[in-house]
Amino acid sequence: MSEAALPRRDATVPAKAAKPRRARPIGSESRLVQILLIAVSLGFLLLFLLLPLISVFVEAGARGWSAYRAAITEPDAVAAIRLTLLVASIAVPFNVVVGVAAAWAIAKFEFRGKNLLISLIDLPFSVSPVISGLVYVLLFGAQGYLGPFLKANGIEIIFALPGLVLATVFVTFPFVARELIPHMQSLGSTDEEAALTLGASPWRVFFSITLPNVKWSLFYGVLLCNARAMGEFGAVAVVSGRIRGLTNTMPLHVEILYNEYMSAAAFAVASLLAGLTLVTLALKSLLEWRYGDAIAAARHH
Amino acid sequence: MTASTASSGWRQPSILPGLGLSLGITLTALSLVVLIPLAALFIKAASAGPAEIWAIATSPRTLAALRLSFLGALLAAAVNAVFGLILAWVLVRYDFPGKRLVDAAVDLPFALPTAVAGIALAAIYAPNGWVGALLAPYGIKVAYTPLGVMVALIFVGLPFVVRMVQPVLEESQGDIEEAAALLGASRLRTIFKVILPPVLPALLTGFVLAFARAVGEYGSVIFIAGNVPMLSEIAPLLIVIKLEQFDYAGAAVIATLMLLMSFALILLVNLIQARTRKRLGDV
Repeated sequence: MSEAALPRRDATVPAKAAKPRRARPIGSESRLVQILLIAVSLGFLLLFLLLPLISVFVEAGARGWSAYRAAITEPDAVAAIRLTLLVASIAVPFNVVVGVAAAWAIAKFEFRGKNLLISLIDLPFSVSPVISGLVYVLLFGAQGYLGPFLKANGIEIIFALPGLVLATVFVTFPFVARELIPHMQSLGSTDEEAALTLGASPWRVFFSITLPNVKWSLFYGVLLCNARAMGEFGAVAVVSGRIRGLTNTMPLHVEILYNEYMSAAAFAVASLLAGLTLVTLALKSLLEWRYGDAIAAARHH
Repeated sequence: MTASTASSGWRQPSILPGLGLSLGITLTALSLVVLIPLAALFIKAASAGPAEIWAIATSPRTLAALRLSFLGALLAAAVNAVFGLILAWVLVRYDFPGKRLVDAAVDLPFALPTAVAGIALAAIYAPNGWVGALLAPYGIKVAYTPLGVMVALIFVGLPFVVRMVQPVLEESQGDIEEAAALLGASRLRTIFKVILPPVLPALLTGFVLAFARAVGEYGSVIFIAGNVPMLSEIAPLLIVIKLEQFDYAGAAVIATLMLLMSFALILLVNLIQARTRKRLGDV
């Protein structure tokens, strides 16, 4: 068998070395360099991205199926799952409405201060999640600017659902608008103008022309917005107060379990979030492959 | 066109309806959710008074936390710029089995909740973890040290560089590099003098985005960092600690410092980028 391997090696190495440089297609690296670069990339990805993901599922299953089931069906975990879904179901539609409105204004009209508006919409991306939570504590907390007023009227925002929703909306604010604006800009507004000239009502134009035109990038934005909304940790941690069964979202529940050295249970709940991640990535890739032209063409600008 | 812009003031006329409504919704939501709360932060920080602001800002613990967050984020963004560029290059130019899967996996840090990433990274880089156990014999400790902070910051920043560079590399494929090769430039020279310069602005943008994300990162860091004050305590964590001690002014001052520093840095890089763009003739 070694003879079989040997001649092959003998045949390839000198052949490659003897080949004049021009023999391989112009503008390409040697095979060796290619393999080296691919190996570096894959190694980097494995070390930083894939191993953590795999470890979530391995650690989640470390104590067996029944322990896994117990961890994700105990009342506090169920309450956390419910709360996470509830928060996302308020925050995401809110951001869809605002994002669509912002995209309409920015993509279809020319007005002064437009670039400033775009920068302000993107602002939450460069604010630490912790600060996104902090600003609401300063505003609505017991010692906050509006704290006394809220207390006098019996309104709870911090350490309650409204605070969680606000912090989540802040963090996910740019997602929908960011996907829609470049796509709508690249489409222009000739379709809408034609429909208006033909007598369609403004809302009809919006719902039967604009929205269908951008539906895939809208879905794309919603997907990313939702993933972030359900997984947000820092902003929510600051405003939540971590009251079990009441203001504890899934990521916060993971943290509590982990800090109590209930590692397997923490990873069990984490695996649900990781599952959501995989679904999100799968849908995202599917969108990019099928409708990539529309979405990507818009992104390049 | 020119006549109409001059007459209409702040906007150009359009036959499309709904600017008032859509702009109204946008500005109201933006003000209520983002701008007014951020203003409250600045007012709170300013109300502490100059002496106290100075005391908070220059306390050794604050300085150590800010240094770790900013230097760590810069270093992580630099690592991401190098490996992100290689990764984007490989994804655009080479073919290998599973390429689509690798391409999709790059977005993992965008979609994986930070707390999940945090406990997973802590688990595999701990001394008894999958990777930590391999490094332990050489005396390298990753988890619960500043190195652990770096690992988490590299994790969160990677997709930004790849996703910014990828489309530009895709466009740059073409005849200029063939021309360079035919004119006798070595491959390495072609890469660094012909292919990479137009990629540079995108690489810089990716670097800035990765930095901005890393500097404020909280969830994925706190589990792996060990959080020892003065050593592995990041600035966002210090804000949370101040908040838990009901030191609202302290939290607000540190938060304001963080925001101002990162805005200044982003602005600086944008200026550099505008200059690069101009020199390269707007690519």
